[in-house]
Amino acid sequence: MRAERRRTPEGAAALTIRRPWRIGNAGDAVSRAVFAAMGLSLLALAALLLYELVFQSRLSISTFGWGFITGTRWDAAAREFGAAPAIYGTIVSSVIGLVLGVPVSIGAAIFLSEIAPPWLRNPFSFLVEMLAAVPSVVLGLWGIYVLAPWVGNPVETSLRDHVGFIPLFNGPAFGFGMLAAGLILSIMVLPIITAISRDVMLAVPTSQREAMAALGATKWEVISGAVLPYCRSGLVGAVILGLGRALGETMAVTMVIGKGYNISASLFQPASTAASTLASEFNEATYDLYISALVELALILMGITLLVNVLARLLVWRIARSPGLVRE
Amino acid sequence: MSTSTYQRRRATNALMLSLCSLFAFAAVGVLVLILGFVLAKGISSLNLDFFIHMPAPVGEPGGGVANSIAGSFFTVGLASLIGIPAGIGAGVFLSEYAGHRLGDVIRFTADVLTGVPSIVIGIFVYGLVVLKMGNFSALAAGIALAIIMLPIVARSSEEMLRLVPHSQREAALALGISRWRTILSVVIPVAQRGLVTGALLAVARAAGETAPLIFTALGNRFWSLSITGGPIDALPLRIWRYGIGPYDEWHQQAWAASFVLVFTVFVISLAARLLLRRR
Repeated sequence: MRAERRRTPEGAAALTIRRPWRIGNAGDAVSRAVFAAMGLSLLALAALLLYELVFQSRLSISTFGWGFITGTRWDAAAREFGAAPAIYGTIVSSVIGLVLGVPVSIGAAIFLSEIAPPWLRNPFSFLVEMLAAVPSVVLGLWGIYVLAPWVGNPVETSLRDHVGFIPLFNGPAFGFGMLAAGLILSIMVLPIITAISRDVMLAVPTSQREAMAALGATKWEVISGAVLPYCRSGLVGAVILGLGRALGETMAVTMVIGKGYNISASLFQPASTAASTLASEFNEATYDLYISALVELALILMGITLLVNVLARLLVWRIARSPGLVRE
Repeated sequence: MSTSTYQRRRATNALMLSLCSLFAFAAVGVLVLILGFVLAKGISSLNLDFFIHMPAPVGEPGGGVANSIAGSFFTVGLASLIGIPAGIGAGVFLSEYAGHRLGDVIRFTADVLTGVPSIVIGIFVYGLVVLKMGNFSALAAGIALAIIMLPIVARSSEEMLRLVPHSQREAALALGISRWRTILSVVIPVAQRGLVTGALLAVARAAGETAPLIFTALGNRFWSLSITGGPIDALPLRIWRYGIGPYDEWHQQAWAASFVLVFTVFVISLAARLLLRRR
């Protein structure tokens, strides 16, 4: 009799109505609340992060106003703080990193997705991903003892000898400076941009390649005419994600940029980024205004990276419908 | 089509393809270069004292970084205790409960949080924990690292949970098992391996972080394993302080510490990958 009732739609409805009184549903409500709390904690965290940074930098904001962003002097003894050189250094070092890193990354991604034989593809992808696992501070140590001296001589000396008439490549060859920071950033963005670019290229349908090849295109023409245009926005997203990483990169940059605090046309000069200033000066900050100015610098840094990341996520999400494709 | 056009196209093809291959080899070459240097420099300054002794007084040779290694284990362990359960919970919420709109908002926030520079997280926790408690501590460092781990674990857990076939959930529900029992006893065990992988990758990331520790752990040349009692040391911090310091003994120890750190991080990431591959 009951079995028959269950087969009818009414019976099914009756069963669902009875469920809320089952003992298991108390557990359901509790576990739902617990999991929801954990999920929503991400939103709370983001809000708290923003609030805390604004709150801690209120002293600096009220003292300097917009002058903080345009000011070029950073003098703790004179209680004067201007962030312009740090913002300039952050942007310029990241741009150098991208200029040097993007062609190599995209090229490597093309190799991994289009050219490499299958047996080579996985080991190579793995090695490139391992580069991302090298801790920043270890890269920085390598930068101090290997990269920066090499940048000083022969890189900077020969650049000055041959293209020294360009202001970018003129000045004393310290080694430690903007150029070294840019180089180390190019190494750091390489695995990110390569991995994401490879993924978006692999997502291009084979039919696109076949159509191009059927027209008599060479392999390179297939890549440049069909594959790259098809996943263009994904590639742009990958580059911007790399930019986001470069902007906030701290340890490796701090260790090779040389801690100079001025805006200079020469890439050979020691410079500072927002992150490197924070890392090297926070423990020396002795009075409230100093700490507050550093927190405001962190706030600006977060603002820049937030903007860049939101842009990149939107671009990459649009191309790769499944968000799982994109990982850092 | 003239022969010269054809030859030009073939030449472009050959040039660009070899350039791309060259770039790929260059990328791997940089890795080999860095690892080779860390290996060569690190192994020569590595000995048993390094692991079991405390730092020698400034300027004296010898000594080790036992306090830093212990501190790293302690802070990363603390961070894992907070970050991994919360991250997996958030992943469960995203894959099992959240509606489309809310899910997308949380996912987006998690991705954006992943992109926030770790040094900013450090400053955040400095204001939130260090200033309120009045001193630097392992707890502050653990919280900072946990915040870095949380969005990574949440997103990877969600993806792994989504891979569990719907039929398995339906089978459990059809047996009359409540939803929370289904999640705990069916969905999570099926996705277990993937969840461990995500957690391990987050641990590897946290173990190599330096920037947030500057404002939370501070660093300490003496033995400390107190949760709230005061500054604590960590391996990445020690590498930084020794690396930019003036003494040769310090530099050697920095290389040795780098070797240990890189080795640890690689073993963890490798384990994570192998775990996922073996199906």
